[in-house]
Amino acid sequence: MADADGALNALVAIAVGIIALAFPFVASGYHLYQGAQVLIFAVALLGLNLLTGFNGQISLGHGAFFAIGGYGTAILMVKFGAPYWAAIPLASVLCFIAGFLFGFPALRFGGLYLALATFALAVATPQILSYKGFDAFTGGSQGLTLAKPQPPSGLGLTADQWLYLVCLACAAALYWAARNLVNGRIGRALVAIRDQPIAAETMGVDAPLYKTTCFGVSALYAGVAGGLSAIAVGFVSPESFGLPLSLAFLVGVVVGGLASLGGALFGALFIEFVPNIADQLTVSFGEGAKALPGAIYGVLLILVMAAMPTGVAGAARALASFLRNEG
Amino acid sequence: MGAFLHQVASGLALGGVYAIMALALVMIYQATQLINFAQGEMAMFSTYFAWKLMDLGEPYWFAFFATVIASFIGGIVIERLIVRPFAKAPVLASVIVFIGLSLIFNSLAGWLYGYSVTSFDSPFTGRPWFGAGYMSAHEAGAVLVTLCVLALVYAFFRFTPLGLAMRAAAQNPESSRLVGIRVGWMLAIGWGLAAAIGSVAGMMAAPIVYLDPNMMGGVLLYAFAGAVLGGIDSPFGAVFGGVAVGVLGNLIGAYVVGDEVKLSVALAIIIAVLVWRPSGLFGRRLVARV
Amino acid sequence: MINRRRFLQSSAAAAFAAKAGSALAENAPGVTDTEIKIGQTMPYSGPASAYGVIGRSETAYFKMINEQGGVNGRKINLVSLDDAYSPPKTVEQVRRLVEDEKVAFLFNTLGTPPNIAIRQYLNDNKVPQLFVATGAATFADPEHFPWTMGYQPNYQTESKIFGKHILKSKPDAKIAVLYQNDGFGKDYLIGLKEGLGADHAAMVIKEASYETSEPTVDSQIVTLQGSGADVLLIAATPKFAAQAIRKTFDVGWTPVRYMTDVSQSIASVMKPAGLEKSKGVITAIYGKDPTDVRWKDDPGFKEYSAFIAKYMTPKDLIDAFAVYGFGAAATMVQVLKQCGSDLSRANVMRQAANLKDLELPMLLPGIKINTSPTNFSPIRQEALAAFNGESWEQFGELYQA
Repeated sequence: MADADGALNALVAIAVGIIALAFPFVASGYHLYQGAQVLIFAVALLGLNLLTGFNGQISLGHGAFFAIGGYGTAILMVKFGAPYWAAIPLASVLCFIAGFLFGFPALRFGGLYLALATFALAVATPQILSYKGFDAFTGGSQGLTLAKPQPPSGLGLTADQWLYLVCLACAAALYWAARNLVNGRIGRALVAIRDQPIAAETMGVDAPLYKTTCFGVSALYAGVAGGLSAIAVGFVSPESFGLPLSLAFLVGVVVGGLASLGGALFGALFIEFVPNIADQLTVSFGEGAKALPGAIYGVLLILVMAAMPTGVAGAARALASFLRNEG
Repeated sequence: MGAFLHQVASGLALGGVYAIMALALVMIYQATQLINFAQGEMAMFSTYFAWKLMDLGEPYWFAFFATVIASFIGGIVIERLIVRPFAKAPVLASVIVFIGLSLIFNSLAGWLYGYSVTSFDSPFTGRPWFGAGYMSAHEAGAVLVTLCVLALVYAFFRFTPLGLAMRAAAQNPESSRLVGIRVGWMLAIGWGLAAAIGSVAGMMAAPIVYLDPNMMGGVLLYAFAGAVLGGIDSPFGAVFGGVAVGVLGNLIGAYVVGDEVKLSVALAIIIAVLVWRPSGLFGRRLVARV
Repeated sequence: MINRRRFLQSSAAAAFAAKAGSALAENAPGVTDTEIKIGQTMPYSGPASAYGVIGRSETAYFKMINEQGGVNGRKINLVSLDDAYSPPKTVEQVRRLVEDEKVAFLFNTLGTPPNIAIRQYLNDNKVPQLFVATGAATFADPEHFPWTMGYQPNYQTESKIFGKHILKSKPDAKIAVLYQNDGFGKDYLIGLKEGLGADHAAMVIKEASYETSEPTVDSQIVTLQGSGADVLLIAATPKFAAQAIRKTFDVGWTPVRYMTDVSQSIASVMKPAGLEKSKGVITAIYGKDPTDVRWKDDPGFKEYSAFIAKYMTPKDLIDAFAVYGFGAAATMVQVLKQCGSDLSRANVMRQAANLKDLELPMLLPGIKINTSPTNFSPIRQEALAAFNGESWEQFGELYQA
């Protein structure tokens, strides 16, 4: 049975991979941009899932680490002339440190209080970013404009295609890293800490170290995503990193499926496209209903949760086991 | 000295509003272990309901009590129809549902009433009390209303049979059922009460912050801060926290650091308090069984 | 159904046109014989949703124009998308408009960060970014961004006018500033100091900022009062401006209050603050306030209210943003009229930079829209006005920046 599962998973992964690779050669510029956004969100969701899904620490503030990654990359590129392939890793190391440090006080309070503290972090982020003391670096409220990365000559790719492929490579690499992490000893330790924290400690698991490191790694992922987003959009400003972003991440992780790495892709697709779908649906309500997409999105959220409380991945798992048992 | 008193006074007025919202949050948390992220938007929607009634010509106090009752019923309906189905689902699923609810209320208000800022009458008019304009008549009235609400809620839970039944249902659902308490309905009534007092908070806030669909976002934030500070499972703590956040926020913004980092300071305070006392100032210490 | 003969005919015609040179530039994408498709993004959701009315009023205005026959026989189709005031979303929607919907150009996209985010892309692709809905000074820069044009008087200019007026009327003033902590508020601070001049910049003795996620600015007002200033500049959006006006009155502080024109709506700001409490507030205006009784019999106002009655809802009449959209859309129609049959992007841009003394129904008498290849700020005149408890009383002459 495990072999069949493994084979099925591999098949799905290969199919997804082929679609993802073929995509830039059949899609146009704007759709490529959307594709890149999906990959960027997926990376951020992978990171958040490690923290919230596998390690049980609820964070409503991952937009902040995304912002550090974005601004870090932008500042390194604009103020220090670093190329993007150096700026993004450097910025994400910064995010790791930030997340690791945030993890320390987070050790003391759990669950709900962590959720509220990270919520406050998400709300405070735009204010911290527009603090006039940092203006020389952050460009203040005008933000920073970045040049789009150009593909290496000779490959015959457009800038959009190159950007998408860069995002794809990062997403694939980070997914592979997360998969290894989760399937190995560290992953088991994280889950043990989530489910039975005291028992885990008595078994010798250094919970504080794992938890803070997990926070750091999760922040690192968000930072990479933020950096990629900065070069994809070509612009960062405090308005790009407000509370709705952090909430969108949480929605993506839950809809995709907690503690499921594959769910990150579903979650990313959801938060990228469903608001657009909500927009389309309101067209039939007439012109006065421009405000309604928000309500439609809210209704869709509730319906999706009602239909799939454990997320898409959870529903897929349930379906798979149902089929398996019937067959 | 004058400026200091001014800051304290305006902090008290809004702090009262934060305290009422924090209390609503605590009520729902105690019953369901969930934080209702949609509390602010529900309060805003109730306030628009009151505004509409007054727009149609009804006098203030009629609109006030009609809104409180309508919100009470609305809260029960929401609990039964939308929240109850997720009782067995993972906690985060409920959080997503609440996010969805707040989006719905916000958009509906925008669609029905537009996004322009509107004025909302206050029943407390006339010259500012206590001279020197430390507190406008409305702000003083808001503080009074806050105290009344708190006293009523306290009396309800402490001295009425229904209040006792609700406390029992929240603390120990299984045993309560055995004694014949309809736990499900206790939860629904809890939501109704929270929605009702939320609407009071909204109607007290509106003359100060003015009515628009995004009115309660900032208020809810500080209410959260207050609830965290005071302890989310302690009604008294939440109220204390709400008022403290109102007053301290003003003072720190005015005297310690500039207003442009007020939110960041609030964040830092929350984290500092939680590191020192993880359950908030007055929350119950949780001892986990291995 | 294209038959062979028509095909040969039209390809011959095309070849001839190509040979004839660039005299007949190709029409922009989105332009057909019957339709001109244009695009914009507006914050219909999210924290800036109050501005969504602008998009709605422009859509309604174009509907009215279409019902009257359109412009030179073509109907205007405005595709207005929501970007929730989030620059990454703006980029996505604008790319969709340009690459998918194939609009001819962008019109009145709202917000400073959203417009900065898309500016390079639009300029690189030579797509006109017309009449951006923001007063940030950076958008009137034809030298570096020849395809981007502003619209309303910019914030820095306005507060420069305030600064000059303060110097003239109260040279020993001590000035306090309340400002929103973003580009809009900061622009006011910069303009004020510029208006005062470097040697008088010290007149600004205290500044206090606020975030839009705050519930009130009451605390900031108390802080500013404590500085002992006797002039207050309120660089705040409507909700916070109303709070600031009310609080200054309530704490017994009577500085001379200058306020941004963004918050000049009597219905949304002065009334909630309290008409009595708002007496004496000075702002710079360029349009007619729809609740101001002095325009009751004005033909321009009658035109506006007829438009609202037929194409919008009654509550929109008093909305200053609806007035704004009404004017911006009219300006757009004028540009299209001037284009005649040449609706190439280059010509659209050329005509947008060629507006001469255009008067609009809801602009103050005497204010005219002018653009040129070196002047990308269509509206540059404002008048100072003081609130007398009922309406805005103009005083002094029209300022030109």
